[in-house]
Amino acid sequence: MPDSLARWLLPMLGSLFVALWLSALPMHDTWLWYRPAWPVLILVFWIILQPERIGLGLAWLLGLAQDLVAGTTPGQHALALTAVAFLALLLYQRLRMYSVWQQAGIVFLLVGIHQLIGHWVQNLTGVVAPNLKYLLPALTSALVWPLLAPWLRPMQRQLSQG
Amino acid sequence: MLLVLASLALILADQRWQWFGQLESRVAGAATPVYWLAALPGRVWDWGDDLFTNHAALREDNARLAARNLVLAGKVQKLAFLEAEIQRLRQLLNSSTLVGESVLIAELVAVSSDPQRQWVAVDKDASQGVYVGQPVIDAHGLVGQVVQVTPGYSRILLITDATHALPVQINRNGVRTIAEGTGRIDQLALRHVAATTDIVVGDLLVSSGLGGVFPAGYPVAVVTEITEDPGQPFLIVKARPSAQLDRSRHLLLVFRASEKPDA
Repeated sequence: MPDSLARWLLPMLGSLFVALWLSALPMHDTWLWYRPAWPVLILVFWIILQPERIGLGLAWLLGLAQDLVAGTTPGQHALALTAVAFLALLLYQRLRMYSVWQQAGIVFLLVGIHQLIGHWVQNLTGVVAPNLKYLLPALTSALVWPLLAPWLRPMQRQLSQG
Repeated sequence: MLLVLASLALILADQRWQWFGQLESRVAGAATPVYWLAALPGRVWDWGDDLFTNHAALREDNARLAARNLVLAGKVQKLAFLEAEIQRLRQLLNSSTLVGESVLIAELVAVSSDPQRQWVAVDKDASQGVYVGQPVIDAHGLVGQVVQVTPGYSRILLITDATHALPVQINRNGVRTIAEGTGRIDQLALRHVAATTDIVVGDLLVSSGLGGVFPAGYPVAVVTEITEDPGQPFLIVKARPSAQLDRSRHLLLVFRASEKPDA
C-alpha cells in the first residue's frame, strides 16, 4: 500500500526521527535541564492522531533508539516511553475532546511520569539527582504542546479522507 | 507488560553481564547519523564563522599563536633533560621506570543530551586503536576514560559523571585520595579525606596512577572548597576539574608507549 505509506508512515517515522534529533542537539549546560521531552511529545501526538495504528511496540523501539542516542542504560527510555504510550492509549479519547490547555495539562503529567521513571532507573544505576530539576522538562513540554496541537485536527481530517 | 519486562531485563543485563555491553556497542553505531545531524548546526555556524573571519583577525591570531608557541617551546627545552634525569634517579632507586605516552587527537562529535550524565563522543574508533578504558586528556588536564567503542565513534565518560571515580594525589605533598564525579560538569568531590589531612584550598590534584587506568601525573582538579562538619566523619572537599570539560572541541586519547598505534 504505497498510498497509505506516504500518507502516514513516512511522516510519522520522519517526525519521530526529528524528535530524536532534537533530543540529541547539543545545548549549553544550563539550558539542558529545560529541553522538552520531544520524543514523548511527538509520540503522544501520533497516538492521539492514530491510536489504532500506534502500539506499545513502537514506543518501546523509539525508547531503545533514544537510549542508544542518549547513551543511557538500554531500557531506561524504552520503559518510560512504553508506560507513557500505555497511558496515552488509555486517554486518547478524552485528549481528543480536550481544549489545547487541558491537553497541555495531561502532557505535563505524562512527561512528568516519563521523567520519574527515567530518574528511577538512573537511581538504580547509581546516578543520583542533586535536586528536582529533572522534572523541568514536564513544564517546558507542556508549554510547547500548544504549538503542536493546532496540527492535530487538519492532519486528522486529511488522514480520514483517505 | 511484556515490553515492561523486556525493558527491565535490558536494564539488568546491562548491569550484570560484560557481553551485553559488547553487544550494545555493536548496535550503538547506529546512532552515528543522529550525532552527525545534531552537530550540523554547530558545523554550519563554524563554517560561516570561518568564511567571514577577516584578514586582520587572522593575522592577529597568527601572531598570538606564534608568541604562545615560542613560550611553550622555551618551556619544553629542558623537559627532555629532566625526563632522562628522572629515569636515572628512578633506576638508582630500583623502582620501575616511567613509560612514555603518545596521543591521538580526536574531535568531539556528540555530547550527552541528558543533564544528569556526563559523556562525550569523539570521531575515533577501534580502527585507530581506541580501546575501552583508555585515558583521555585535553590541553589542561584529565578528561575521562573511554567506555564504549563502536564503529564510527567512541564514548568517553567524563570524570565529573556521577558514576565515575579516580584515584588522585595532592601534588604538593602526595596525599592520596579518591576524586568522585558529582554529576555537575564543574565539580568533583573527594571521598574519605580525614579531618587531619594536610589539604588547603588551591591544592592541585594529579592522577596518582593507582588503579591502572590513568597514567600518573596528569592534573585532574584544583581544590575549591573545604568544609569541616563535626557531625561528619570526613572533610567535605569540592574541587574544580582542570580540564575544560564543557569547552574542549578536541581531545587527546593517550596511548602508553608499548601500545602505540600504527596510524
